[in-house]
Amino acid sequence: MTDYETFDHDVLVIGAGGAGLRAAIAASAAGVSVGLVCKSLLGKAHTVMAEGGVAAALANVDDRDNWQVHFADTMRGGQYVNNWRMAELHAKEAPDRVRELEAWGALFDRTEDGRILQRNFGGHKYPRLAHVGDRTGLEMIRTLQDHSIHQGIDVHMECTVLRLLTEGDRIAGAFGYDRERGRFRLFRCKAIVLATGGIGRAYSITSNSWEYTGDGHALAYHAGAALQDMEFVQFHPTGMIWPPSVRGILVTEGVRGEGGVLLNKDGRRFMFDDIPENYRSQTADNEEEGWRYTQGDKSARRPPELLTRDHVARCIVREVREGRGSPHGGVILDISWIKRKLPDARKHIMRKLPSMYHQFKQLADIDITTTPMEVGPTTHYIMGGVRVDGDTQMSTLPGLFAAGECAAGLHGANRLGGNSLSDLLVFGKRAGDFAARFARDHGSAPIDSAQVDEAGRGALAPFERAAAANGHGPYQVMQELQGMMQELVGIVRVGSEMERALAGVEELRKRARQVGVAGNREYNPGWHTALDLDNLLTISEAIARAAVERKESRGGHFRDDYPEKDAAYGKFNIVIRRGKDGTMQLSHELIPELPAELKRVLEEQK
Amino acid sequence: MPGSGDVATFRVWRGDAQGGKLVDYPTRVSPGMVVLDAIHQIQAEQANDLAVRWNCKAGRCGSCSAEVNGAPRLMCMTRLNDLPLDKPVTVEPMRTFPPIKDLVTDVSWNFRVKQQIKKFKPRAPDAPDGTWRMAQSDVDRVQEFRKCIECFLCQDVCHVLRDHHLQDEFVGPRFLVHVAALEMHPLDTEDRVPELRQAHGIGYCNITKCCTKVCPEDIAITDNAIIPLKERVVDEFYDPLGRLLKVFSRGGGP
Repeated sequence: MTDYETFDHDVLVIGAGGAGLRAAIAASAAGVSVGLVCKSLLGKAHTVMAEGGVAAALANVDDRDNWQVHFADTMRGGQYVNNWRMAELHAKEAPDRVRELEAWGALFDRTEDGRILQRNFGGHKYPRLAHVGDRTGLEMIRTLQDHSIHQGIDVHMECTVLRLLTEGDRIAGAFGYDRERGRFRLFRCKAIVLATGGIGRAYSITSNSWEYTGDGHALAYHAGAALQDMEFVQFHPTGMIWPPSVRGILVTEGVRGEGGVLLNKDGRRFMFDDIPENYRSQTADNEEEGWRYTQGDKSARRPPELLTRDHVARCIVREVREGRGSPHGGVILDISWIKRKLPDARKHIMRKLPSMYHQFKQLADIDITTTPMEVGPTTHYIMGGVRVDGDTQMSTLPGLFAAGECAAGLHGANRLGGNSLSDLLVFGKRAGDFAARFARDHGSAPIDSAQVDEAGRGALAPFERAAAANGHGPYQVMQELQGMMQELVGIVRVGSEMERALAGVEELRKRARQVGVAGNREYNPGWHTALDLDNLLTISEAIARAAVERKESRGGHFRDDYPEKDAAYGKFNIVIRRGKDGTMQLSHELIPELPAELKRVLEEQK
Repeated sequence: MPGSGDVATFRVWRGDAQGGKLVDYPTRVSPGMVVLDAIHQIQAEQANDLAVRWNCKAGRCGSCSAEVNGAPRLMCMTRLNDLPLDKPVTVEPMRTFPPIKDLVTDVSWNFRVKQQIKKFKPRAPDAPDGTWRMAQSDVDRVQEFRKCIECFLCQDVCHVLRDHHLQDEFVGPRFLVHVAALEMHPLDTEDRVPELRQAHGIGYCNITKCCTKVCPEDIAITDNAIIPLKERVVDEFYDPLGRLLKVFSRGGGP
């Protein structure tokens, strides 16, 4: 028998970043009781790291912007395998969600006439990102946090969910443990919203914190819900690369939005050398025009540094592979050059990019107002996730919803910068609304004590193996997995390497089952890491299997053995379910045809 | 500057609410490392159960607060270059908060305090579409306070909390900054001045500026947040004419 404390909530939200907080606020505003589980302390989730801004067609800076343009930009960026209904709702509803934050106390930077200021970002046709310097994510999470604490939401801080509990084909609850005491908690609930973020910790070079171990993806998968688009991982083109201890930490795209340029070791702006056909008409063909664009000249087209992230990351990899990289294996990102254009450049940079200034000054001893930075790609985001209904965000498992990074669909094969913060607002709210409705329309489902016991036994197993832990420490297994995924399922992929990765996952899974931990249950990070392994292995397998299956290159997924885009692969999403025998089953699910109205929008915005 | 292959010793507090002791861990150090890297390396190689909070590792989330060689710091932003490595580097938990385990402390009091502060209450929108107009210059002042990452180092170092344990009577610098951000918000209409004097205990602060010195976000906590709030309290409670005028202006204004 497993010992646990029981909590009852109508809706349980797992994850307390932007999407989770927004879902919890929506559900509690709908009048149901809400529990909110945070893996860390409240307000520390990865949303704080979002820098550049939140994309919404407010048209405050350029009145040519509207939802249609935002929709078309999102679809183009996602290479048309997006869930078009989500892209439509997102473009239409993001402005209201941003304005709502202002009503809750958020203070965005202002235009001359006192409205919310918007900045340029990769893949967005017009200046669209509402922002606060380069700490937009902090502003958003604090606004949501400070609003939520007066809503009567029960917050479970430093608590990790280990398993979703089901009854028949619907959700019944969740089972987890609190880190401080190491005691189990059983959550009985009528609906669950997953908002657990991403999977960056499956790779060794990542901008993500320890929390991003694909928990929501794996919980949903094991509970029987479908995943989709797992092959589409976003490698952000600009992470720090030197010194080694900061490798992977994000350097905001805002640096390029403010005029920063990418150079190879010969000082060449290599991004001009490779502009994809479908972006050619929107991209500047000379440096002068690119500069004018960053300074707000509406007649200018954007510089190629602001092409989509997948493309920029691959161009950087190409420069490095062909021997034109910077001293530490990246390329040069230079914002200091704008002093040749602006009289008060130093002040301007420190005002627009204060966090970047501090980050480089403190961690790398570099003053970005005078010295170029060295950058390289870092694992940043997964477009794939739980397969959801576009309107309600409900997964294929009734009562289980997902929002934000752990849900799939909005971003297709590649996410545009700024679209994640708007994603989590728009679909966090929708998930919370519809989860509340589901909870009202359905009673509780009984808890299956066999599932609880199994989860409890599994969680404690690492302690029983403490003595036999030779070479099977949780950190060693995790690091090996990360290194393998980085090397074999990274930015440039090859079928044979990924097959090796799949074999490697099997091998590591065996070792993970032998992992033993020392110490007791109270706040034990070794134990936690041992428990994270299962999720990491599940999502690593899902990423590799889907990536093997997609024999083409599209968005974040690039195959050296299939370097071209194949129109046939643009007609479906790769969907993953757990088979009855416990193995991973892949299928191709056709993307429904676009309604005539949206087709027209895409045509007009070509 | 440490070269690769060098070894430094980290003297880390290990224990829980019942007590604990400092334990020495020698570990490899390399150029550019921060204290948190060393702690992680020790955790992975020598002490799997060493408890430490962290998230972003870039000074944005405010999770990895600790006392390094006695000074309240974010471990992720404290470079080994800046520390003498010829003697052990001491890493201890924040002493103002009850220990949970090793470097992790119980900071839940802070979350309870915040809940007691009256929430943001905006004026009616300025434009028919439900939006407001604010000048950047009006926003700048409050944006400084909103940079706060809630690392609670200011709370840790404040002698009212650390030495006099007046947690029940004084909210501490973090939450005076929070109140300042709300009170000086261009749109806010709530009045928190009565609570400042009573429940929030602003009078306990005798502006020694210890909080300002440790703020990793360089917020001028004392000068820009606490002193202006103290002035508001004085204006409201010790200036009868000003108080009267305020009552009238509130009755008539928008």
